[in-house]
Amino acid sequence: MKAKFAEFIENAGWPRIIIGLFLLSLFIMTPFVGLRIDNSLTDVIVRFGMNSVLVLSMVPMVQAGTGLNFGLPLGVVAGLIGAVTSIEIGTKGFLGFLTAILIAIPFAAIFGYGYGKLLNKVKGGEMMIATYVGFSSVAFMSILWLILPYKSPDMIWAYGGSGLRTTISVENYWFNVLNDFLKIKIGSHFEIPTGMILFFALMCLIVWLFFRTKTGTAITAVGANQDFARAAGINVDKMRTISVVFSTILAAVGIVVYQQSFGFIQLYLGPFYMAFPTVAAILLGGASVHKATITNVLIGTFLFQGILTMTPSVINNIIQTDMSETIRIIVSNGMILYALTRTVKAKKVKS
Amino acid sequence: MNKNLKKFLINNAVPIIFIVFSIMAIPVSGFSSDYLIQEMIIRLGRNSFLVLSLLIPIIAGMGLNFGIVLGAMAGQIGLIFITDWQVAGVSGMILAMIISTPIAIILGTLGGLVLNKAKGREMVTSYILGFFINGVYQLIVLYGMGKIIPITNKSILLPRGYGIRNAIDLNNIRRVLDDLIPLKIGNISVPVATFILIALLCLFIIWFRKTKLGQDMRAIGQDMEVARSSGINVEKTRIISIIISTILASYGQIIFLQNIGTMNTYNSHEQIGMFSIAALLIGGASVIKATIPNAFVGIILFHLMFVVSPRAGKELIGQAQIGEYFRVFISYGIIALSLALHSWKELKEKERNRTALRESLQKDGKVES
Repeated sequence: MKAKFAEFIENAGWPRIIIGLFLLSLFIMTPFVGLRIDNSLTDVIVRFGMNSVLVLSMVPMVQAGTGLNFGLPLGVVAGLIGAVTSIEIGTKGFLGFLTAILIAIPFAAIFGYGYGKLLNKVKGGEMMIATYVGFSSVAFMSILWLILPYKSPDMIWAYGGSGLRTTISVENYWFNVLNDFLKIKIGSHFEIPTGMILFFALMCLIVWLFFRTKTGTAITAVGANQDFARAAGINVDKMRTISVVFSTILAAVGIVVYQQSFGFIQLYLGPFYMAFPTVAAILLGGASVHKATITNVLIGTFLFQGILTMTPSVINNIIQTDMSETIRIIVSNGMILYALTRTVKAKKVKS
Repeated sequence: MNKNLKKFLINNAVPIIFIVFSIMAIPVSGFSSDYLIQEMIIRLGRNSFLVLSLLIPIIAGMGLNFGIVLGAMAGQIGLIFITDWQVAGVSGMILAMIISTPIAIILGTLGGLVLNKAKGREMVTSYILGFFINGVYQLIVLYGMGKIIPITNKSILLPRGYGIRNAIDLNNIRRVLDDLIPLKIGNISVPVATFILIALLCLFIIWFRKTKLGQDMRAIGQDMEVARSSGINVEKTRIISIIISTILASYGQIIFLQNIGTMNTYNSHEQIGMFSIAALLIGGASVIKATIPNAFVGIILFHLMFVVSPRAGKELIGQAQIGEYFRVFISYGIIALSLALHSWKELKEKERNRTALRESLQKDGKVES
């Protein structure tokens, strides 16, 4: 019994258990601090849906051995191009959402291709370089947001300044199109954004199916051991590029899903730090620098978003202080640190 | 000769690009040379100490220490206390350094321990460590100070009674070091005392490289396993290099802030790592090799671009905002590029070694084709 328990802890890892227990205690405390548990659950589910596809976008790159995708903002800016262009065209409802995604995908594919080529040249140093690729792409796009000739009055400054606004509302276009699709409402406080969850399930299915194709298996082989994969006749660089392109496309789709629920498109330096909470979420779900599964995505996103949603409401009610931002910083970066320092150890034991 | 020139150009590609860029942008911006020289002298005084604090971990093969933000935070905690106790002037500054030293040692030890567990990816780990400790710093300064840690001066506390204000006026120590020995050449004032301190640090680094410890670090930087087998305590030496870097960074941050004169409690330290590293790389340093001249050249070139590009953007396109973003883009882009070039070179070298090994084995007839 004791051995089994120790094994469970070893497998799950202390940080994950602590955070899981912390979240559980938050849920238990909810009714006692005068909050409705169904309300809180709804919030958690909505935020889970919002972030799920972004977190899912980590999977292909990790599986190919390219490390955690700190260059997520690159995919995000591709998604932003799609989103603002769809508003410029003026398509509304589900069609608008689809337009945004369809426009975003080719951009994401192009960006991802270049990004993948770059990462092939810097094997071993991917994560640090990815971080800065993400940062510089955000800064570069900021210049473009200022000078691109978008005209829609919903997006440019009302008083004649040039460039797009920092936040653009999607309310008149495709706000909540996924959330409201087949929405289940129980009582006046509990809702499930079925459409968004279904969309996420669809994305998971695509990723799952992809990793069962010949290319997908080859990618996993590359991630497991590059030298063996090369010896088996797999074109390592090509597989890595494909996985990066796939990750970038998923990130682009992910941000559009996020926006339709959030209600706003955040331009300029908005996507700057987006990679860190996303990376933290998948690590919290049990992924490592070398291995990530869809289950990791599900668990991680739920735990991470759960903490983010619950701490402000519950903790604020107890100590009358908003510590949520600080807790978010400590939890997410602590999780990344844990993963970065742990995998090396595991490797050592093997060799 | 021609080959040497080509090699020189390739090795110094980054500084050369920046020099060319500055030569083009300076006339467009329309700044006077007096103004620019004054700005560069101020910024050299302000930033050199921080940038130089990066050098020692590079010798030890730990790459660019993004963890200098830990030192910056230690320095800021020192500054909060001297502002609370109203200790003014040079003595205030020295007291701030004395307070920040043990904090920097603790944080540096922690950083070293963490980085020892992440060999081979020190940079990304130190980067995340900076974020993580920033969270802890917020916890202490924003929630702990005034509640658990006594703060007597109510004016630096938030209106709610605990937590430090977002901005602290460092009136007590504003420019005390810079103006300690006043010197004016024409219209340009020179912070002599600050430069003396920086010169001392340079001497320290040059001396340190020659000590036993410095030599050990160099050995570790070249090959960790060889160093270990020759009896060097690799882990301990690496921790020491991070501790030294962190302490220097905490002093650097105090010097930086005495020049600025106000402290953004929750932001002043955040960008320090990025800016210092960008400056060092622009000066021609790489992840494995950085010299004192790299630091100074880099600071001048980086800050020249920093000052000039918003104005140049405004004059050229009519929007200062574009110049701002351009500046952000360049600073991040240059780090990405330098890191990528380094990794690429390393990878090439590895491949070359592998083929060489294979060829030599083939020659000996040990492996068939």
